[in-house]
Amino acid sequence: MSITEILFFFLSALAIFSAIMVLVSRNPVHSVLWLIAVFFAISGHYILLNAQFLAIVNLIVYAGAIMVLFLFVIMLMNLNKESERNKHVWMKLAGAVSGGCFLMVLVSLVRQAKDFQEKTALMGTGDIGLIKNLGKALFSDFVVPFEISSVLFLSAMVGAVVIGKKE
Amino acid sequence: MPIQYYIYLSLALFSIGIIGVLTRRNAIIVFMCIELMLNAVNLLLVAFSKMHHGIALATDPATTAGIDGQLFVFFIMVVAAAEVSVGLAIIVMMYRNVHSVDINFLNRLKN
Repeated sequence: MSITEILFFFLSALAIFSAIMVLVSRNPVHSVLWLIAVFFAISGHYILLNAQFLAIVNLIVYAGAIMVLFLFVIMLMNLNKESERNKHVWMKLAGAVSGGCFLMVLVSLVRQAKDFQEKTALMGTGDIGLIKNLGKALFSDFVVPFEISSVLFLSAMVGAVVIGKKE
Repeated sequence: MPIQYYIYLSLALFSIGIIGVLTRRNAIIVFMCIELMLNAVNLLLVAFSKMHHGIALATDPATTAGIDGQLFVFFIMVVAAAEVSVGLAIIVMMYRNVHSVDINFLNRLKN
């Protein structure tokens, strides 16, 4: 087993364990911290796939900005205690069963699909994930979506202010 | 690494997100599970882009095939950031009105 495989399985186990802990922890602050662990594991996967730009952006945007926003909201609303009533056991069971059925159906589909047989993802080599190549593609072929996303950000900013304002 | 492993990992993360959305009643945790599902899709897109790049590299050593997958991930992150800002504003407004973030309180339209 090479070092890449060991790292892959370690990061996968870390991601899945942390994702389950996001669900089962009662305190919302703990959920946020476990979600940050998931994002770190996924960034590790990006680095294994040599997508360095996305790894750094994932850390900065998700683990840095978005999760801090979540933490701010939780702290502002003073939600860091168990507040969830525990009386919907059947609903929880039904949700878990339906999610598990979804997972089983898709896994069996992927196992049978001929398109994915003997295909491998390139690990550690290939330079499409570097900032130079991504920037060239972003500012030549994808420049219109890039500009449109700036309009999206402006509208999101205005929307957040308008919604969050006290009337 | 075989592409199936990445598909299984992304499917597992996505299913955990679905179970979270279906079972938890706290609006903020439901929102975090949506983020988890978005990240599972991002991981799968990057893995597929590297798979596509590896196939194209066998014929043309200077190809940039598969770079659009990584740019899609970038745009998904942009949209997710905008979505989180508006969604958290909605949650804050909801807390201000009903003093709770339990999504069971939001079924008033039913009656």
